[in-house]
Amino acid sequence: MNHAIDTDALDDHGDAIASALEDAVLRYEIVGGELTLHVPHDRIVQVMRHLRDQGTCQYKSLIDITAVDYPGRERRFDVVYHMLSMRQNQRIRIKTALREGEIALSIMEVFHCAEWYEREVFDMYGILFSGHPDMRRILTDYGFRGYPLRKDFPVTGYVELRYDEEVKRVVYEPVKLVQEMRSFDFMSPWEGAEYILPGDEKADEKEGAS
Amino acid sequence: MNEITPINATKDGETSIRNFNINFGPQHPAAHGVLRLVLELDGEVVERVDPHIGLLHRGTEKLIEQKTYLQALPYFDRLDYVAPMNQEHAYCLAIEKMLDIGVPHRASVIRVLYSEIGRILSHLLNVTTQAMDVGALTPPLWGFEEREKLMIFYERACGARLHAAYFRPGGVHQDLPKALLDDIWQWTEEFPQIVDDLETLLTENRIFKQRNVDIGVVTLDECERLGFSGVMVRGSGGAWDLRRNQPYENYSDYDFQIPVGKNGDCYDRYLIRMLEMRESTKIMRQCLEKLDTSTGDPVMSLDGKVAPPKRGEMKGSMEALIHHFKLYTEGFKVPEGETYACVEAPKGEFGVYMVSDGSNKPYKLKIRAPGFPHLAAMDFMCRGHMLADVSAILGSLDIVFGEIDR
Repeated sequence: MNHAIDTDALDDHGDAIASALEDAVLRYEIVGGELTLHVPHDRIVQVMRHLRDQGTCQYKSLIDITAVDYPGRERRFDVVYHMLSMRQNQRIRIKTALREGEIALSIMEVFHCAEWYEREVFDMYGILFSGHPDMRRILTDYGFRGYPLRKDFPVTGYVELRYDEEVKRVVYEPVKLVQEMRSFDFMSPWEGAEYILPGDEKADEKEGAS
Repeated sequence: MNEITPINATKDGETSIRNFNINFGPQHPAAHGVLRLVLELDGEVVERVDPHIGLLHRGTEKLIEQKTYLQALPYFDRLDYVAPMNQEHAYCLAIEKMLDIGVPHRASVIRVLYSEIGRILSHLLNVTTQAMDVGALTPPLWGFEEREKLMIFYERACGARLHAAYFRPGGVHQDLPKALLDDIWQWTEEFPQIVDDLETLLTENRIFKQRNVDIGVVTLDECERLGFSGVMVRGSGGAWDLRRNQPYENYSDYDFQIPVGKNGDCYDRYLIRMLEMRESTKIMRQCLEKLDTSTGDPVMSLDGKVAPPKRGEMKGSMEALIHHFKLYTEGFKVPEGETYACVEAPKGEFGVYMVSDGSNKPYKLKIRAPGFPHLAAMDFMCRGHMLADVSAILGSLDIVFGEIDR
């Protein structure tokens, strides 16, 4: 964004929120003029209510809810909320970390429009939200299985469908690929990409043995 | 002789009331694509609306994670396919912010010019099809003629009428020829007359007003609560436009007005779209004046690590050749971090939330489509309205399924 952002003012703002909410805000950071709050997942509703109602915040518009998957981390998912205050002309991002299988709290009692966003996060990442009245899938097909935006979900998916002339309806079948899915990394071989030729792994074993 | 009893009458003479559930779409001409609405009706009054979306879901966000930054760009044309370049704009802004690179002035002006063309494309489609939803046939015919001309401007800039892939990280793909600029200037002179003509058909039209005035009213408070943006907020009296409030690109250099409505109904939103088309034409004329004085300036960042070299340069310079090869195989790398960039797309705030792990592909990319919260509010807006109003409200929300289903 080109418009001038006063980082000092933003820092004061972050500090004010963090001190008002005490232990409900783990820390805040400002990167590239964007304020991010890190919040424990069981305190999210309280934080949201504060951000919406407090006079210097007034983040009344919920812009977006999404999640990010880091399979290597202990707390695998980050649920990310974006909010906008039209009155203060200010944006904020709130992040909470969740383990796989942990249930997030729905913020629908504070922002009713979170309904579809939370459904989308559930659909794409399999994160359940407690307190959500209608936790259905939203974007994927009726009867879809799996969570497509998780990093361990293959891009090709598991089922494909076609119209079957014999049974006169659409049928689902396991995906058949006519050629193997190609995934190029394009990384430069000079910059740490490891290309192990078939057979080369034995050399290491020998070295280890001797 | 048997007494004939009505089917839904009970023994004690009271009529039992049964609500109807009907399916609206997914193959309904007023559903603007592939929307399936499950409507619960009490007579003709809508009790509950349950939109079923996702029939156009293509997994864009998943696909983008597999592509390099440049390869992912064309996916943005396929979101809101009515105003393709506005989406590319948000994506390019996000990348530029992460890479911390600037855009040459001439490229900025071209981007603004084409964003405004996109805005007119979108508003023309919306206003005229909304009129069609409520029964008018002529406006689409008149409006689409202008859309056709604008899409030819798209084609002359980048070679494609819809899927442009014209905005690139660091600038735009190529410069515009003089003849094209002259033709756009000519068009901006004629277009206000076309808007006048459309207004004679609709603005004071009795049927159009009966179908739109006081239909789908949202107050400003409700707009905020429902997460609305763009015309939906301005229609309810909120003076909120990202071009003015959080200026990106070089929008602060232009002189234009932000039309704001009063009543928050379908008719106000229609009026705002009409006025915005006139304002966009004004911005386009200012762009053309600026372009006239900067002929020959670069339209792409000169940073060889992000923007490809000129064809001619590659014939003579080894370095340029290497840059070209690297950019089109490995692509450029974006430093680790995250950002949210947004633009005032014709339909509202279009945002891109991008997380990078420092490699040549986005680790995560979330597309914030303006239509998504608008459609989610269908239930709220339609409750208590008549069945026929559903299509009027849907029309005024400006829904395009490419961006909602992603």
